Amino acid sequence: MLEVEQLSKRYGDRLAVNAISFTIAAGETVGLLGPNGAGKTTAIALISGIARADSGHVSLGGVRVRQGANELKRRVGLVPQDPALYDELSAWANLQLFGGLYGLRADALRARAEDALALVGLAGRRHERVKTFSGGMKRRLNIAGALLHDPDLMLLDEPTVGVDPQSRNAIFENLEALKRRGKTLLYTTHYMEEAERLCDRVLILDRGQILANDSVANLVRQYRNLEGAFMQLTGRALRDGADT
Amino acid sequence: MNGTAILALIRTDIRLYLTDRRAVVVGVLVPILIAAFFGYVFGGTGRNEESGKIPIAVVDEDRSTVTRAITADLAADKLLQVTALDRAAAHEQVKAGRQNAAAVFPKGFGEQTTRALFDGRDKPQVELLVDPSQSTGARVIEGLLAQYAMQEVSKEAFNGALGRKAIDGYLADLDREPSTRTRADLTALLRSARKLSDARDTATQGESASGAGRGFGLSIPYTVAPMEVTARASAPYNGYAHSFAGMAVQFILFAGIDAGVLLLLTRQRGIWLRLRSAPLTRSEFMLARALATTLISLFQFTLIYLAAAVVFKVRIEGSWTGFIGVAIAFCLLNAAFGLMLATLGRSAPTTRGFASMATLLLVMVGGAWVPAFVFPRWLQAASLYSPTRWAVDGLDGATWRGLPFSSAVLPIIVLVGTAAACLTVALWRFRWEE
Repeated sequence: MLEVEQLSKRYGDRLAVNAISFTIAAGETVGLLGPNGAGKTTAIALISGIARADSGHVSLGGVRVRQGANELKRRVGLVPQDPALYDELSAWANLQLFGGLYGLRADALRARAEDALALVGLAGRRHERVKTFSGGMKRRLNIAGALLHDPDLMLLDEPTVGVDPQSRNAIFENLEALKRRGKTLLYTTHYMEEAERLCDRVLILDRGQILANDSVANLVRQYRNLEGAFMQLTGRALRDGADT
Repeated sequence: MNGTAILALIRTDIRLYLTDRRAVVVGVLVPILIAAFFGYVFGGTGRNEESGKIPIAVVDEDRSTVTRAITADLAADKLLQVTALDRAAAHEQVKAGRQNAAAVFPKGFGEQTTRALFDGRDKPQVELLVDPSQSTGARVIEGLLAQYAMQEVSKEAFNGALGRKAIDGYLADLDREPSTRTRADLTALLRSARKLSDARDTATQGESASGAGRGFGLSIPYTVAPMEVTARASAPYNGYAHSFAGMAVQFILFAGIDAGVLLLLTRQRGIWLRLRSAPLTRSEFMLARALATTLISLFQFTLIYLAAAVVFKVRIEGSWTGFIGVAIAFCLLNAAFGLMLATLGRSAPTTRGFASMATLLLVMVGGAWVPAFVFPRWLQAASLYSPTRWAVDGLDGATWRGLPFSSAVLPIIVLVGTAAACLTVALWRFRWEE
């Protein structure tokens, strides 16, 4: 489904992503774990086509896609870390924009938007302005916005960060529903229990490099639990850098 | 071309604009209110003579026939609003700005002026106390004072007692001079004038009883008929037409700044990632933004001019095509200006600050506040480099000047050309991918 080969990106003197390679099979859910500044967000940006790689390439469905190409963008749904919404507009107006960006219109757009809102449990709030929503509701709408064009691959950048346990659980249920629908998910998170519950496989990234690429079961077997694997591979030193 | 995406972006920008009540109020109601104020000050829909009169004071320390007549003439003039005061009160009121000027007729003014008309000596001095902030009004008063003084002094000289006394005195002076041909001619002339005055005096004693005038005198030997050159002879100048053009231009430019700042803010929000992750090219994105801002500007423009037409009777006396052409060209320029700001600016507050300052300068120099013809010559020439001058001139031409489409062509070319320049800078500087 997704093949990433030798992907690198440098910002000034800093190598944010250093020749990473991995594959994700169709329908698979992969967790991308790493401390702050590990390169997770940069990797997501490169795969989604919003940033150009300095080297390496991405293939989707066996076809190599140029970074930034619209062909790649049409097949990928991005859920950014911060809710990517217009607070001043209603949930429905936001979804009309996002669907329109992918060429959806009229009945098709309406059907997809209703389906996405139902999936994230916001069907009854569609005409309310986003600024009246809680943090958890915004994050759920953020996910709905990435679903409208029915992408083959969904990239979720810390979709549960900063929300209360109830909202987190609701989001998690949304992601499980997507998984049941057969979506391919690449998912970054700091929460090891989320990765253990949801992911088939985990990539541990640090300083732009992949340190582990294995199934959750194997990593748990090897390191007792996922957190143990994470701490042992990335070390105990504090990481105060910004997310990359 | 992803037309659906472009339409979705345009629709969203319009929704965002309409949900921001402050933007709608600032962009539509405020320009209408300010234009109404400026339009009223600059003449409104016609001449309001009472409100346009220049307030002056007259201090008559002479109280002669001549000064009373001059005061009456000034009071009857439609340009002036005259108040009789003593010197101290007049000084205070000019100083306080309640009177534009005060004319002080000194004691002996009537007699001295009548005599000075013949011999040219010992001319009395009229003090004109002037508010320096109202110098134009003072010049008007000076001119009217000269006209009425000449009229009344000459009347007195050839009809009144002071005139006869002055002629007698001048004749006595001439008698003391050596006998020459010139003296003889002048003496004969003055005696004729004296005789005429005596006859007039006898006649007017009866006329005075019946309320007749003070006889003949010198007067300006022509009259002036001011004719406003507007669209049609029957269409008076409407001061609101210019003020609405100026304020529409200014506040639509402010909306352009808002559009630019919104784009800057969008870049700093999560929504930017969503937009960039969509199958959308840089050109499509910029086209959508430019079209959205153009449509919003046209919406503002339409509402402002609707108010101008319905409430303030501003009419398109010239070419409708020219008017629409200038409006669209200006709105395009506004959109391009907003995009350029968004690509040049770094932070929203700084960009808004600099852009507002630049806009105010452009509209001031462009004659949006006061017509450019009152500027010094060098500033009039400089204002031609401001696109706002062309926008205001184009709109003035289509409204109260009643000019044909051909006069709108150059403003349209300048506005579209400037829009193209702004757009080029925006395209050059705009960063879509990292």
